Amino acid sequence: MRANPYLFAAYAATWIIHITYLGIIARRYSRLKNEVDELNK
Amino acid sequence: MKKLFPILGILTGVLLSYALYQGLVVAPTEQTMGNVQRIFYYHVPSAWTAFILFFVNFGASISYLIKRKPAADIVALVSAEVGVVFCTVVLITGPIWARPVWGIWWTWDMRLTSTLVLWLIYMSYLFLRSFSSSGETPVLAASLAVLGALCVPFVYFSIWFFRTQHPQPVIGGGGSIAPSMLHALLINWLAFSCFAFMVCWSRYRLEVLQREVEQAHAMRSLEEPSTSMREERYLERKA
Repeated sequence: MRANPYLFAAYAATWIIHITYLGIIARRYSRLKNEVDELNK
Repeated sequence: MKKLFPILGILTGVLLSYALYQGLVVAPTEQTMGNVQRIFYYHVPSAWTAFILFFVNFGASISYLIKRKPAADIVALVSAEVGVVFCTVVLITGPIWARPVWGIWWTWDMRLTSTLVLWLIYMSYLFLRSFSSSGETPVLAASLAVLGALCVPFVYFSIWFFRTQHPQPVIGGGGSIAPSMLHALLINWLAFSCFAFMVCWSRYRLEVLQREVEQAHAMRSLEEPSTSMREERYLERKA
């Protein structure tokens, strides 16, 4: 299969969007976990 | 449940890798468009997944309007948010495919415009939920979700009712597809559906935790006497 810049751009954009969203979820989750730990103290 | 999540996560990762292999290697190269047609294996499954999530949002919103159960409200929020992420993928991969095939990034035809309107409706739903602190917000959001869900069939069938530049649907429409391409498409759809389910699950847990923390903060502020109350007690004691 020959490399195509448009194909690469579309696949890369898809995963950048999904990974960014997963990163946002993970960051919010760790922040909430810290808050829960503080509340439990 | 905690043990099941990483196992399903690994299985989803394997399925996504297999789907990528199917889309890039196993599926044959389309004669007219060449390799750029392979964008279809990400674009179409993302669109179908977004539509399913918007229908889940619709069902959960109706359920919330009838029963007022917080779990239904959380499912509605989560499905709309993940649906918007998938719809964003559709709106980005579509123009990337259109540029080499049509010669333009975007055209204001019915399918493209209605998809953009659908995305804007669900973005406004998420903004409403984020920036309104009124107790009536879930009810207002559920009503907006019902309007948004009505647009989903319009987006899907717009290529039947209007003359558009967008290709005909390959399933249930005028378009046709080779069996090996259909196989790659369905594998990718299955993989993205599983991925969407896992993301929804994570987001659901996050939302439940966030509500628990908010409730704990509210309880704590009720238990702790406020500064003015402390001052009043001090003055009473002094008197």
